[in-house]
Amino acid sequence: MKPRHKRFALIGGGVAVLGIAAALVLNAFQSNLVFFFTPTQVAAGEAPKGKTFRIGGMVKEGSLKRQPDGLTMQFIVTDTAKEFPVAYTGILPDLFREGKGVVAQGKLGENGLFTASEVLAKHDENYMPPEAQHAVDQAHKAAKTVKQ
Amino acid sequence: MNRFLLPLGIFIVLVVFLAIGLSLNPREVPSPLIGKPAPAFELPQLHKPEARFAPQDMQGEVWLLNVWASWCVSCRQEHPLLVDLANSKLVPIYGLNYKDPRDDALRWLKQFGDPYVLSIADVEGRVGIDYGVYGVPETYVIDKAGVIRFKQIGPVTQDVLEKTILPLVKELQK
Amino acid sequence: MIPELGHFALILALLVSLVQGTLPLAGAARHSLSWIALARPAARAQFLLVAFAFGCLTWAFVANDFSVLYVAQHSNSRLPLEYRISGVWGGHEGSLLLWMLMLSGWTLAVSVFSRHLPDAMVARVIGVLGLVTVGFLAFILLTSNPFERLLPAAADGRDLNPLLQDPGLIFHPPMLYMGYVGFSIAFAFAIAALLSGQLDAAWARWSRPWTTAAWVFLTLGIALGSWWAYYELGWGGWWFWDPVENASFIPWLVGTALVHSLAVTEKRGGFKNWTVLLAIAAFSLSLLGTFLVRSGVLTSVHAFATDPRRGIFILILLAIVVGVSLFLFAWRAPKVGLGGSFGLVSRESLLLVNNVLLVVAAGSVLLGTLYPLFIDALGLGKLSVGPPYFNAVFVPLMVPLLVLMAPGPLARWKHAEMAPVLKKLLPALAVAVALAVAVPLAYGQWTPLTALGILLAAWIAGASVIAVIDRLRAGVTGQPLHWWGMHLAHAGVAVFVVGVTLVSAYQQEKDVRMAPDDTVTVGGYSFRFVGVREAMGPNYRAMVGELELSKDGKVLRSMHPEKRAYLTSTMPMTEAAIDVGLTRDVYVSLGEPIDERAWSVRVYYKPFVDWIWGGCLLMALGGFVAIGDRRYRMKKAAAAKQAAQGAAA
Repeated sequence: MKPRHKRFALIGGGVAVLGIAAALVLNAFQSNLVFFFTPTQVAAGEAPKGKTFRIGGMVKEGSLKRQPDGLTMQFIVTDTAKEFPVAYTGILPDLFREGKGVVAQGKLGENGLFTASEVLAKHDENYMPPEAQHAVDQAHKAAKTVKQ
Repeated sequence: MNRFLLPLGIFIVLVVFLAIGLSLNPREVPSPLIGKPAPAFELPQLHKPEARFAPQDMQGEVWLLNVWASWCVSCRQEHPLLVDLANSKLVPIYGLNYKDPRDDALRWLKQFGDPYVLSIADVEGRVGIDYGVYGVPETYVIDKAGVIRFKQIGPVTQDVLEKTILPLVKELQK
Repeated sequence: MIPELGHFALILALLVSLVQGTLPLAGAARHSLSWIALARPAARAQFLLVAFAFGCLTWAFVANDFSVLYVAQHSNSRLPLEYRISGVWGGHEGSLLLWMLMLSGWTLAVSVFSRHLPDAMVARVIGVLGLVTVGFLAFILLTSNPFERLLPAAADGRDLNPLLQDPGLIFHPPMLYMGYVGFSIAFAFAIAALLSGQLDAAWARWSRPWTTAAWVFLTLGIALGSWWAYYELGWGGWWFWDPVENASFIPWLVGTALVHSLAVTEKRGGFKNWTVLLAIAAFSLSLLGTFLVRSGVLTSVHAFATDPRRGIFILILLAIVVGVSLFLFAWRAPKVGLGGSFGLVSRESLLLVNNVLLVVAAGSVLLGTLYPLFIDALGLGKLSVGPPYFNAVFVPLMVPLLVLMAPGPLARWKHAEMAPVLKKLLPALAVAVALAVAVPLAYGQWTPLTALGILLAAWIAGASVIAVIDRLRAGVTGQPLHWWGMHLAHAGVAVFVVGVTLVSAYQQEKDVRMAPDDTVTVGGYSFRFVGVREAMGPNYRAMVGELELSKDGKVLRSMHPEKRAYLTSTMPMTEAAIDVGLTRDVYVSLGEPIDERAWSVRVYYKPFVDWIWGGCLLMALGGFVAIGDRRYRMKKAAAAKQAAQGAAA
């Protein structure tokens, strides 16, 4: 094989690998990106039905309830402007607390209840997940524009 | 030469994004209100519901606005510090009673002591939203011109009080 | 007084590093022997000063000196001694100091183990490391001083984050930093080579053992972190594709590529520019990882107290270090000649494919990690990229890599014929196919993906076994250590793949409500809930569950998962109970009390999960063995002498 051909084959191979990788990435992005919504956005109907997304904010004080089966928990996520009920079956993370920030990932059901498959609370007492904080900040901004 | 500059080019694009990311989302977001006039409101006072209070009344004085509620556990934690501070008469503290039934709030003050010159009742939490309250307690330092100079998210600690709040108040009172 | 001494030592260290980062480099450029000779003493003085500062901080922790702010924030008088020591790196300031200690330690090692290198080269390497040191010391002193006083002193400390009060976390950060920082040596060698224009096989041979050593530490560090997450977080997972995990994994992937491309540069003089670029990239990505973890630009489960000032400082540091290096690369690389030519089928071309795949994989992980940041920066919304993305992209890229791992070591340099290699590998293929059919069937559920995993693992392991038998049978004795190291590491990959495949396919998990005497069964193991009692630890109160583990009616042991509440931080913590086995783990963690008698309990059955970390250990061991190769320890003019000694012995 001539050197020129060899070089061609090598470059071709490299481009093929990159192409395949790009295809994989695009495909994975299409189906696996999880968008983040605030309770206000969800209440306004911006969140997709039947598709996984994240909702973040604070767990409303006094809203955590255990269902009769003993394992399903229900609580309300709020960004101080709007509230949204979330259900989760399983063991909540150690740092899940009422009045603290939380991010839940799951789907919105037809009954208007958000069923979480995953609940994230951060490993630091004083922490509020940035996404949750974002939700609260957005609500404040919105409240201000309404007033003006 | 060109293709050898490619890594540098990619890296520069990356740094630009990182820099934007840094400005967007640093964890300790300085409150957008700092350096801005304290949002105006007029609300009834907790003890004398017929009397009203507006922050404009405080022009010419440096004061603290402390957001509290009887249902808030961390408020209990910071409360003794506030009582001490009130006794020291270094700076007047005004309370913003946040989303709290009046009876509970009054009982709580009776039980733990009342460090406030007066408390304002924000039953619906409307003012709380203007001030960007996303947790109780929060404490604001407001200067003579009515501008918010500092915001403490979460309970005031001895450390914050001595290292930040009191020096700032002294500075502003000059 | 002692903290002030530590602070003072750091300031002195900064001054020394300024000398270390300038004069030797200038000396090497101007051929000034006296300036070149400064490199080694400067590196040693630098290490002594940083080690002294580190010692001072450790002393403050051990002596419970809560007048030091950092100690008051991360320790407590009731904290056991071992955690008071590891608490030194339990927060941002101290872990940076640890990072610094590692950097000066590596520099010291270069100054000691470099007698066989030309002095000018050593001066350049130590000089480049000195410049990096200047950056980090300035970072510590300006934004993250661990010796800051707290006056009046706190009565007691705020306690170490309970998550960090764990043996795994004593060793995880030092190992990880050893790896991160170790890449600075490969980086310094690359920059030194670019500066001197001496990019040749000798350069590759010098930098190879250092790169491998860094890679070994990084491998161990990541494995320890994964193991810790597995048993400490109580979620039973071993890898979450969390941004902080990715931040350590990306340099690992690039470092792995570097280890392989260095082989080509050393043996064949090829891939020179590429190797230099990888060396720069590996260290740059380590710095980028540090930036991501400490600036708080990404959402992650790992908490580091962050402050925007620090983020800006690291970003500037990153921009200067990487920008200057890449500029130097763009300027010098075009003058570097190509190495020996090689055929389309050869060890070189296989290693090239290895490199392309590893770098593309690293790029796709980096893209997934930074994507939320990009989208946010462009104002297109907030989103997160979860494990499904990484699995969907990463796994397909690894499959061809694993396939080629078997023939790679058997192929000849320059020009190889594939037919004889494949013929040699035929037995491995046969065994692999048989196992790929049999193993999943033994677990009662055959899926193509599981079969593929087993097939690849057996194929790689089989190839290594064949290679070893082949050499032994040919009567070639005294294989060099690096050859054994390579096969050990490859076998480690096989073990790792077995673990990942089987645990992903056959793990079982149940969340249940359990009252005393309730029984739950997973994977053939039964757990009987006995009850929960209270217990007291040194700095926590615990609810200790008791469960009786049995299989086929035979009681095996009793397990004690805990739910702890730490006294100072009031932070709750789950401590899982794990019964470790060669072919499976069973794992219990306690949820919350549901009523007076019942608790929510999570149980797992995890087949072959320990093989994941066992594989990593083997990989690290392989790297360790390879470093021992005597080829790397040739003295300056002693190659001939050594050969003579060998003949005499």
